[in-house]
Amino acid sequence: MATLSPTSFTKNFNSSVDFPITSFQTFAIFGPKLKTEQTHFRLSTSFKTGSCLELKAMKEPPGLTQKLDKNRLDGLTESENGCDLFQDLKHRFLRFKKHKFEENLGHFQNLAEGQAPKFMIIACADSRVCPSVILGFQPGEAFMVRNVANLVPPFESGPSETNAALEFAVNSLKVENILVIGHSRCGGIRALMSMQDEVDSSSFIRSWVIVGKNARLNTKSAASHLGFDQQCRHCEKESVDHSLLNLLTYPWIEQKVAKGELSVHGGYYDFVDCTFEKWTLDYKGSNLGKNSRLPVKNRFYWC
Amino acid sequence: MGSLEEAIEGLKKFLSNKDDVAVAQIEKLITGLQETDPNEFDPVKRILEGFQHFKINKFDKHPELYEKLAEGQWPKFLVFACSDSRVCPSHILNFQPGEAFMVRNIANMVPAFDKLKYSGVGAAIEYAVSVLEVQNILVIGHSRCGGIKRLMTHPEDNSAPFDFIDEWVKIGLPAKVKVQAEFGDLPLEDQCKHCEKESVKLSLCHLETYPYVQMGLANKKLRLMGGYYDFVHGKFELLEFEPRFHHLFST
Repeated sequence: MATLSPTSFTKNFNSSVDFPITSFQTFAIFGPKLKTEQTHFRLSTSFKTGSCLELKAMKEPPGLTQKLDKNRLDGLTESENGCDLFQDLKHRFLRFKKHKFEENLGHFQNLAEGQAPKFMIIACADSRVCPSVILGFQPGEAFMVRNVANLVPPFESGPSETNAALEFAVNSLKVENILVIGHSRCGGIRALMSMQDEVDSSSFIRSWVIVGKNARLNTKSAASHLGFDQQCRHCEKESVDHSLLNLLTYPWIEQKVAKGELSVHGGYYDFVDCTFEKWTLDYKGSNLGKNSRLPVKNRFYWC
Repeated sequence: MGSLEEAIEGLKKFLSNKDDVAVAQIEKLITGLQETDPNEFDPVKRILEGFQHFKINKFDKHPELYEKLAEGQWPKFLVFACSDSRVCPSHILNFQPGEAFMVRNIANMVPAFDKLKYSGVGAAIEYAVSVLEVQNILVIGHSRCGGIKRLMTHPEDNSAPFDFIDEWVKIGLPAKVKVQAEFGDLPLEDQCKHCEKESVKLSLCHLETYPYVQMGLANKKLRLMGGYYDFVHGKFELLEFEPRFHHLFST
């Protein structure tokens, strides 16, 4: 049984709590059994206004006008006060509702009936690389998977969160494009490149990034003369190519790509220089020999 | 001038290049862009326009911020959200670059700690909590979630199984059982809505089974929250997860 010490984050909001406190008893969970006794949820729909942060003007993303601390980038919430945090989230949503949702009500009503995105994106969970921001995808445009180091495991690795999303996007939503986006200074790729040869099973990070082992092998053989940072950069792009190859190990993806119903693209966002590279897999069903270079077309570099 | 025209004009400047091969490639590119049917969806054009808009209106306008972010990230949030194209937290909660380490998967699920399975989710939690030291974990569910609907309807509807989706959404089975027990007499749509919320609560409980999360909670350095975005009515609910133990007995 997990050892948990009593802890509480109770803040008394004095808000009008319209919903009863929900408590539940034991939960049998996959893996180690955990008994959670008397766990309480408080559902709040209104908050004390009190001494919470003033709202910044809408035109600038909040927090950007604050002075940059040399060690930490201060976000919106200047204190650990829960009231400030909840107020902040509430106001963010209300601004979205006023300036996007209500101003495009017809569009959002259509979206509520169903989504028909043309893209499936696989991107890193890194806070700096959200494709909605860097590529401006609006609600309804892109079905998105984000994981550590934007990796796509091959079909034979069995069920995972990434291939469940692939299956849904390709077979149910019938997206026309898959775009895998790598990025500069990726911590996950760095962890992959730093690994010793044996997998450390006590670390999830290592157990996951090993999906990219072929990219690491290729990088070590092609770029061993480069410094470590440059090798990581090489691996970031190599890993995107390997993810594209792994996509083709899924029969329902391979068939659609060969027929021209689905396009598979690789991308690389460099946030140091603000550049974006993009290339498309040129696969016609049989031109992928073992150890051959990835056939690509339409390679663009934007700066 | 539209961004497509801007791109073509920008490329034309390179036509004075003396390298014949480069000139030929650029001419081919310009022809390709000019031949683009404005009514036909061009994914390349869409990506280019999106990136250019970001670079001009965000990156170039906030050089200090992006210079700092190039050196590292210090997000205060780890966010779990659904892969659904309609619910990106960068829109609905306006998360800016650097603010939220974001995992997106079908039905925004967090499985319980298991050393052998789900290393993708485990890696994200481990990285966010142990390395980045985020202070808040927020799991956001949403209305009309396809993953939750699949959980609620399969296999009872006798539909053919999926290779991977069904194995994944099974994580939410305890939520399905609870909802069917309490709300089994309601129409499916209402049951799904209850399950969307119940699944968020389940994921929060599952988060507690990760050692680094336990430590963060015990040291009061971590806060767990659940959210629910209803895009039918334009509403957002937020709840705080409070793990609390009551002393039962001592001998």
